[in-house]
Amino acid sequence: MSSIEDAVQGKQRGPGIVRAILRKREAGIVLALIIMSLVITAVAPRFASGQNLYLLSRQISLLAIVAMGEFFTILTAGIDLSVGSLIGVSGVTCGLALAAGVHPLFAVLIGLCTGFCAGLFSGWLVSYVGLTPFIPTLAMLSLARGAIWVITKGWPITNIPKPFLFIGRGDLLGIPFPVIIMFALGIVAHIVLRYTVFGRRIFAIGGNEQATFLSGINVKKIKLFVYGISGFFASVTGIIMVARFDSAQAAMGTGWELDAIASAVIGGASLMGGAGSVIGVFIGAAIMGIIQNGLVLMKVSAYWQTLIIGGIIILAATLDRVKNK
Amino acid sequence: MTRDIFEMIDIYKSFGGVEALRGVHFNIRESEIIGLLGENGAGKSTLMKVLTGVHQPDAGEIHSRGNPIKIHNTVDAHELGISTIFQEFNLCSNLSAAENLFLGNEKKRYRFFVDYGKQKEKALDLFSMFKVDINPEIPVGRLGVAQQQLVEIAKSLTFSPSLLIMDEPTASLSEKEIQNLFAIMRDLRSRGISIVFISHKLEEVLEVTDRIVVLRDGKNAGEVATSDASKGMLISMMVGRVLENLYTERKHKPGEEVIFEALAINGPPNSKDVSFTLHKGEILGLAGLVGAGRTELASLLIGAEKRTSGVTKIRGREVRIDSPVDAVRNGIGYLPEDRKTLGLNLGMSTRENITMGIHDRVVSIYGFISRAKEEKVSDRFIGELRIKVENREQKVENLSGGNQQKVAIGKWLATEPEVLILDEPTRGIDVGAKAEVHRIISELADNGVGILLISSEMPEILHLSDRILVMHEGEVTAELSRDEATQESIMHAAVSGA
Repeated sequence: MSSIEDAVQGKQRGPGIVRAILRKREAGIVLALIIMSLVITAVAPRFASGQNLYLLSRQISLLAIVAMGEFFTILTAGIDLSVGSLIGVSGVTCGLALAAGVHPLFAVLIGLCTGFCAGLFSGWLVSYVGLTPFIPTLAMLSLARGAIWVITKGWPITNIPKPFLFIGRGDLLGIPFPVIIMFALGIVAHIVLRYTVFGRRIFAIGGNEQATFLSGINVKKIKLFVYGISGFFASVTGIIMVARFDSAQAAMGTGWELDAIASAVIGGASLMGGAGSVIGVFIGAAIMGIIQNGLVLMKVSAYWQTLIIGGIIILAATLDRVKNK
Repeated sequence: MTRDIFEMIDIYKSFGGVEALRGVHFNIRESEIIGLLGENGAGKSTLMKVLTGVHQPDAGEIHSRGNPIKIHNTVDAHELGISTIFQEFNLCSNLSAAENLFLGNEKKRYRFFVDYGKQKEKALDLFSMFKVDINPEIPVGRLGVAQQQLVEIAKSLTFSPSLLIMDEPTASLSEKEIQNLFAIMRDLRSRGISIVFISHKLEEVLEVTDRIVVLRDGKNAGEVATSDASKGMLISMMVGRVLENLYTERKHKPGEEVIFEALAINGPPNSKDVSFTLHKGEILGLAGLVGAGRTELASLLIGAEKRTSGVTKIRGREVRIDSPVDAVRNGIGYLPEDRKTLGLNLGMSTRENITMGIHDRVVSIYGFISRAKEEKVSDRFIGELRIKVENREQKVENLSGGNQQKVAIGKWLATEPEVLILDEPTRGIDVGAKAEVHRIISELADNGVGILLISSEMPEILHLSDRILVMHEGEVTAELSRDEATQESIMHAAVSGA
């Protein structure tokens, strides 16, 4: 009996902070991030220049925001395949409103509403019709992208008022505005997931949906909103893109759902649900961004980027698996 | 003279500093049914895993018919004729019984094609040996639990084993099915197959085995011929002390006030016009065979499944219960039968599990969970229910079965229910924990909670209940008072339906 207690307590002791940090889920990928940055800087010193870091952080923020929304659905053991198309469709509704002379504030609201409502619709199909998340969000991927083509006929929407462009191009104290948005949303998401009833229930559903349901928790309502949130975050990225490109393009966000899922998985989220953190997702998105940026700077052909990202996903997921065995 | 077909000598096995087996001796003779007893954690499973090649012993020898052997892996064990029937069935529910029987060992035709005709024929042969009527072409997912188990046993027989290890095979069987299983076990014994029977139910071990080996804390605690054994003796060997009584005496009589009433509940799959009343502080036993529809009735009562008709009343007032959310709001709790898949969030902490049903009561400002309030509630139940945890942050998956069950119960007590439906509350937990769960149930009733107790264990139902309902194929077929109820009267109503 004493041997059992010793074994158990031995795990708990140890030299405090360093061990605690190393034990964190995120420790491995932070290390990977640092090593990657160092290697890239050694090969292409321009990587660490202020100018490059400014552009890189802005690029990362766009992906990190969508990935955060995606992460909510993944936490419930679901998935949202539609976020790429929702980036596009909310960019388009926002752009149309702007082009029609609507006050930018309302145009933003229209864009956010588009993403949120489309997400809620997927969520409704998941929760109340009982479809497997893969199916309604796959359908939404098509529906939303189709709607864009029907509305724009492939032409970009221009005539975006100049003040609006600040959202995508401006900065405060030298920090790109999208990065500030990313941090603001990230802090809110982290607090919601860690400290609220809603967040606790999201984790509970991912851990064991059936047990959560039998505990008297309204599982359907929570899943409904989780998809709404995913759509909302996608629309934020969509709106920032419009401001950055000074136009709403029909192809905006195409394929981003896969990058968003990859960011979450690299960041330690489990597709089985119930595991991961907002910080991990940020780091996952950063790794994705750094690889793309670094390969360009190191003059590696763009064709290689996709291939390398595939390898990184396998590596990250495998390491996570081994660590949690 | 009976020989030892297997003998395990002085087996040691530890896992990262935890010694699971400390010099265990275990022998298995030809054609015998041997009971292996011990509390959870006593080393039964580890011992069997060493024998079946899942684990390698740190020290000790295994002999087969007098010759020392090494069992490196499960394939070796298989070749030695050792077959295991696990608690959880290893069947593919989408495949037919015949396909399952020959999975990995298919009867073939022209090398690549499955000979379905021959497989069906062989399957029927095996089933007729058991005198059971199972259609070999039906997907096993559509068979009852007992029949699935028979398929599992039949499957192990296709390898002509000399030793069959059965781990808690009766856990989900009804009394009649258990008797049928015992008959099959005796039949196998007469065909020269030895059986290791692992069970927490002492009555069963006493009934079916020839010899009983008891383990405690990874050591042999005793061995006795079944004919010389008694329940009290086995319990004291298992726990190393004389256990007062498995059942606590009730302090109070149930009250007069009706707190819960079900009227003509109908619903899938087979509940028909079920009506009953539950009084304040009453334990109402719900007996019946597996498949009688007791768990299904509970699902209808708490709204986890949609009922087609029927009314529920709380304190005489009609309430709508369409989902577990409504049930909890109206003070009804449901402890599911399967704590691992339905009762708990295994990956979450003890604290998070205990407060799962009372999020609205552990909030500080709107929507934010107050850690302090959570800690207070979880500490309270960890103390009251004597849950053995290192601390409240320990993940529930790392607790023993009995302590997991206490966490699941604690979750419901935290909701302060007026009505608590307990579905097989002591399944698969060891004797000590069982007695504690029984004490908790009695105390709850003494404190005025109305309890609907679903249990397949006759002694549990008989000792704890103030009144007993018996179900048969979805209908209540008898209502017995505490004095009227006997094993026989319950069985009669459960089997015949009249």
